[in-house]
Amino acid sequence: VKQLVVISGKGGTGKTSILASLAYLSAWESPVVTADCDVDAANLALLLPGEEIRTEAFWSGRRARIDADSCIFCGLCAERCRAAAIRIGDSAVVDPLACEGCGVCALVCPVEAVSFVDNQAGVWMERRTSSGPLVHAALGIAQDNSGKLVAQVRQEARAVAEREGIELILVDGPPGIGCPVHASLTGCDLALVVTEPTPSGEHDLQRVLALLDHFALPAAVLINKHDLSPEFTARIEALAGRAGAEVVGKLPFSAEVPRALARGELPLAVESVAAPLTEAWKQIIALLSTSEGRRKRAPGAEEEGARVWTDTG
Amino acid sequence: MRVAVASGKGGTGKTLVSTSLAWLLAQEGHPIAYVDADVEEPNGHLFLHPELSDCRRYARPVPELMGVTCSGCGECQRFCQFNAIIALPDRIMLFPELCSSCGGCVLACNEKALGEKPQEIGNIETGTAWTEGRHPISFLAATLDVGEARATPLIGGLLDRIEDPGIVLIDAPPGTSCNVMEIVRGADLVVLVTEPTPFGLHDLVLAVEMTRALEKPITAVVNRSDLGDGDTRRYLESQRIEMAAEIPFRPELAEAYANGRIAADVSPELRSLLWPLGRRLIEEASS
Repeated sequence: VKQLVVISGKGGTGKTSILASLAYLSAWESPVVTADCDVDAANLALLLPGEEIRTEAFWSGRRARIDADSCIFCGLCAERCRAAAIRIGDSAVVDPLACEGCGVCALVCPVEAVSFVDNQAGVWMERRTSSGPLVHAALGIAQDNSGKLVAQVRQEARAVAEREGIELILVDGPPGIGCPVHASLTGCDLALVVTEPTPSGEHDLQRVLALLDHFALPAAVLINKHDLSPEFTARIEALAGRAGAEVVGKLPFSAEVPRALARGELPLAVESVAAPLTEAWKQIIALLSTSEGRRKRAPGAEEEGARVWTDTG
Repeated sequence: MRVAVASGKGGTGKTLVSTSLAWLLAQEGHPIAYVDADVEEPNGHLFLHPELSDCRRYARPVPELMGVTCSGCGECQRFCQFNAIIALPDRIMLFPELCSSCGGCVLACNEKALGEKPQEIGNIETGTAWTEGRHPISFLAATLDVGEARATPLIGGLLDRIEDPGIVLIDAPPGTSCNVMEIVRGADLVVLVTEPTPFGLHDLVLAVEMTRALEKPITAVVNRSDLGDGDTRRYLESQRIEMAAEIPFRPELAEAYANGRIAADVSPELRSLLWPLGRRLIEEASS
């Protein structure tokens, strides 16, 4: 099974609508599994309608609870809690939105007043769509652990692909370069970075390409709305070239795209976008079929000699 | 007064709104700070062009083995909820990238064999940006090291460095999870920037629910207000959320963005659209 992850660094560059279009293009040949790993703002399901065939709770971590009858209000737990999740007033109260379940409070409590409850961090779902199965998820309100939910979605997507004999998984990644992005990249064969020709787009692309280099994952670049700035498009092409990432396509700006999305249609429905996107897909397929050779890890370029702030002690 | 500018969905215009508001309030002579807390992809400096006065590495505490007193009892591994420690009979293996910096393993160790050391995860920069009229905007930003997974401790460290000059505008990352909550938790007001598309609305609902779970007041800014449908407006009305501004799509704003300029600097229309929100911040900050 091949896995293509679509990321962007900067949010709002068009990852999700482009991924849904690629799923649609791909399904002309054979069905694909899609996996929405932007679990704290999951939008892929809005573009891939269908029937939910499975919904499962996602349990992760635990939250502390303090028994008011045994608590002696010594305040040791609040003093030691680095998440600042415990308030001692008339009673000792744990803020479940701040608690990370680390257990320091239970460790220091002299009267064993602390217990733990399992935490439901969200749900994940499997849906039948016209392009193939979609695995998606919803992180609970004000929950952390999105990286673990991403890992769960990835695992289920793989299981579905194996069960149904599907050869390709398209992973819709979250913005940024942190923990949930790392969880989206693990085990993928190729990363498609969707960017836009602006200073922010260029800056964020640079960091994403450095991250992909760090994980030794081959990268391809798709420039969205390229005609908005020929200057930044040229800079992005140069940046991609230096990083060894192939520019697989450039899509024009069209005010029709947001209108199509508002009607629940894909960018593929917009004529000026359809042709270059189809062409880009052919290039991506070609790269995926030759992506066995992983690039080797570049030497770290960490800055040195700077002063250090810490929150120890 | 701390104002978090957040969104749920990425790319809706958080940085445009927060840098423009900072510029607008500074031009009026108000003490103002802009804090870029989108530490995974910080972009505010591309528009504010600050003069930096200080750049420091930031570190969070992770465990380290002190000397040879470890008895191999395994208490640290049993305690750690994040699988950051494996205790073998003859040695301890530490995985700082999984560590949550809770400090519990140090407390759990009976032999006092564990201590803590700083692990560097990013930079914190301070400086000053200037408006055309030479009014200062105090600038603070953090950048997560590429390859580092946990942004929340760096955001916490950044927020601790804020020296309240009056109004503090905090440019938050997209999403609704831990990184954003860290910022919203300490805010007096949350400005949610959205766009009137199905994606924008879907993520706005999540951002509203998260902000309400943290019991913070909300005001909304609808960007590219003419490029979508009416569902967002109806949702905001049904939730009794005030719409502080509606910003229509304008090529001049896109152009300012592409040229690394602050949108409010080039667009008198944007200045007048954002001014009611700016005035509200001034009034609330002085009361």
